[in-house]
Amino acid sequence: MATHIQPEGLADKGIAGETVDPPVRRERKFGSGVEILLLTIFMVVMLFPVIWMLETALKETKDIYAVPAKVFSFSPTLDHFQNVFSSDSPVFKGFVNSVIVAGFSTLIATVLGVPAAWAYSRFTLKAKKDQLFFILSTRFMPPVVVVIPVFLMFRDLSLLDTRLGLVLVYAAFNLPFTIWMMKGFIDEVPAEYEEAAMLDGFSRFEAFWRVTMPLLIPGIAATAVFALIFSWNEFVFSIFLITDPDTRTAPSAIAGLIGGTTIDWGLVAASAMTFAVPVLVFAFLVRKHLVAGVTLGAVRR
Amino acid sequence: MAEVLVKKLHKAFPDGTVAVEELSLEINDGELFVMLGPSGCGKTTTLRCIAGLEEETSGEIRIGDEVVSGLRPSQRDIAMVFQFYALYPHLSVKENMAFPLRAANRPESEVEERVAEAARMLQLEPYLTRKPSKLSGGEQQRVALGRAMVRHPKAFLMDEPLTNLDAELRADMRAEVKHLQQRLGATMVYVTHDQTEAMALGDRIAIMNKGNLEQLGAPMEVYNRPATLFAARFIGSPPMNLIEAEVTNGHLTAAGDLRITAPEGLQRGQKVIAGVRPEGLTVSESGEGVKGRVVSKEALGDETIFVVECEAGLFHVRMPATARFEEEQVVAVRHVGAAPPAYDPTSEKVVSAP
Ligand SMILES: Nc1ncnc2c1ncn2[C@@H]1O[C@H](COP(=O)(O)OP(=O)(O)OP(=O)(O)O)[C@@H](O)[C@H]1O
Ligand SMILES: [Mg+2]
Repeated sequence: MATHIQPEGLADKGIAGETVDPPVRRERKFGSGVEILLLTIFMVVMLFPVIWMLETALKETKDIYAVPAKVFSFSPTLDHFQNVFSSDSPVFKGFVNSVIVAGFSTLIATVLGVPAAWAYSRFTLKAKKDQLFFILSTRFMPPVVVVIPVFLMFRDLSLLDTRLGLVLVYAAFNLPFTIWMMKGFIDEVPAEYEEAAMLDGFSRFEAFWRVTMPLLIPGIAATAVFALIFSWNEFVFSIFLITDPDTRTAPSAIAGLIGGTTIDWGLVAASAMTFAVPVLVFAFLVRKHLVAGVTLGAVRR
Repeated sequence: MAEVLVKKLHKAFPDGTVAVEELSLEINDGELFVMLGPSGCGKTTTLRCIAGLEEETSGEIRIGDEVVSGLRPSQRDIAMVFQFYALYPHLSVKENMAFPLRAANRPESEVEERVAEAARMLQLEPYLTRKPSKLSGGEQQRVALGRAMVRHPKAFLMDEPLTNLDAELRADMRAEVKHLQQRLGATMVYVTHDQTEAMALGDRIAIMNKGNLEQLGAPMEVYNRPATLFAARFIGSPPMNLIEAEVTNGHLTAAGDLRITAPEGLQRGQKVIAGVRPEGLTVSESGEGVKGRVVSKEALGDETIFVVECEAGLFHVRMPATARFEEEQVVAVRHVGAAPPAYDPTSEKVVSAP
């Protein structure tokens, strides 16, 4: 079995799923002016909404409504961002709730998913393939389809308008994904490591904990970030299951800003920008593992 | 150290594959016991059953006076060296070797002492702080040996530990393993599919085929008198010449009137297959013997192997380096030396008396 061989590079870093750096791309001269022009247009079109939003967040309220729009000649202000974080702001609570809900749901999915993935990777189970497919198939279901039954269930359990309810739903949604992605990482770690540790005097679980676990940390980080991003961005459950301004998460809090007679577009834009930052930061931190994780989880050798 | 007893071991995997048919082995205390066989014959499975990594379907395994069925690997006090070493990649050489002692919660001073001792014996002192991936294959193998020996286990199980090394290093490590085993007085079960390694290392060799034991014996016993045709084909390089012959007047006579000294215990007129080692034949320019044609020759320096085509088939003949025959040359082949073992063509078992 060739999988037992530990590839030089992999063992080097001692990390499952670590990939070798891609070859450095060679400097290439841009062929023609047309190419540059097309790319510029493409970039402007793609980035326009983001830039527009950033500008709106930085403009004073009177400049936001100015006609014609002031694209360059406005004096920037951080007032809107200040409002986002002020204690009486309607979205600040949303951010706190989002952190709590995303954090706990990710924690639960990881704590349950990693051992499950380990079991699927290491043990012979009855109808393992079918079980794994079933687990994956729960991901095919769009949230809107299940939101009504979940709503009814939560009403009976009085979980509506609670963060706990949302934590449970997100954990349930993230678990299948965690199992699949982690199974890919665990398959990469030869079972011999654990067997050697068992012969060295550890129980099966201790062997997993002491030998396999340290090798899985990058994989777990990548998987957790995916789960975190899902929970952070999720909107449908959030808006259906929670109406209470005290417990709703950021996406529905931001959506709640729109409506009513006057809309503070500056606050909306600043909230949206603030909301986007954590995801970008996390994705940036684990970008190498994200790619490795996605390919490992998806491609069976 | 302790003896290891395997009684009527049978192992079938859940998917129906029978890896070990029925196997009984008695491995003595302090013995270097080699299990030899082709790929897929169940060697690894047997080792894993002894280690407790695989549960036997039926049969009994004893280590020392203890029946170990149902005991976890960690409770069996056995060390195993894997084919791909399985060194923990995130730990340094020193921590790799200390790992089993840490598992047993030994005091730090003892850990230091034992690791230092093992490192000295295996000449690993310069590498103690390195990670395994920064070591050569031979060094990794030595670390694996070190990790196995620090604990003074009841027995060592080695699963083709040298297969991944190049030929020269393999010979070195072979000597080192043997030396270590003798110094420690260790009971060692050593699995390999390389018959040279088996001959060089083993106090006794068990030849396995398709989950069954073909022969068990000291290396020279196995070499001189393979118990079955399978063992005869497996041991020796080049292997025995298997020559169909009939028992005639005090001889075994093969096609073309090739005469081979007859062993004891055969009846006149019996058809047998004689197993003649390449050194049991000799080639001469002319004279006594059957006519043959040299097909090829391999000059190995100290000796030359000639392949000669005769009426009775292709023979491998081992000659001293001074023998000079050219390809296509017509020569005479005859049998010399002691009577070879003879096999029954249908049962494939040895029928001549020893
Ligand atoms: N987990 C398993 N499930 C099913 N069949 C298995 C399993 N492990 C081994 N086998 C089968 O059992 C037989 C014996 O395997 P084993 O690994 O013991 O062979 P081996 O003698 O060690 O061979 P090699 O020299 O190639 O290592 C093989 O036919 C193999 O395919
Ligand atoms: Mg094997």
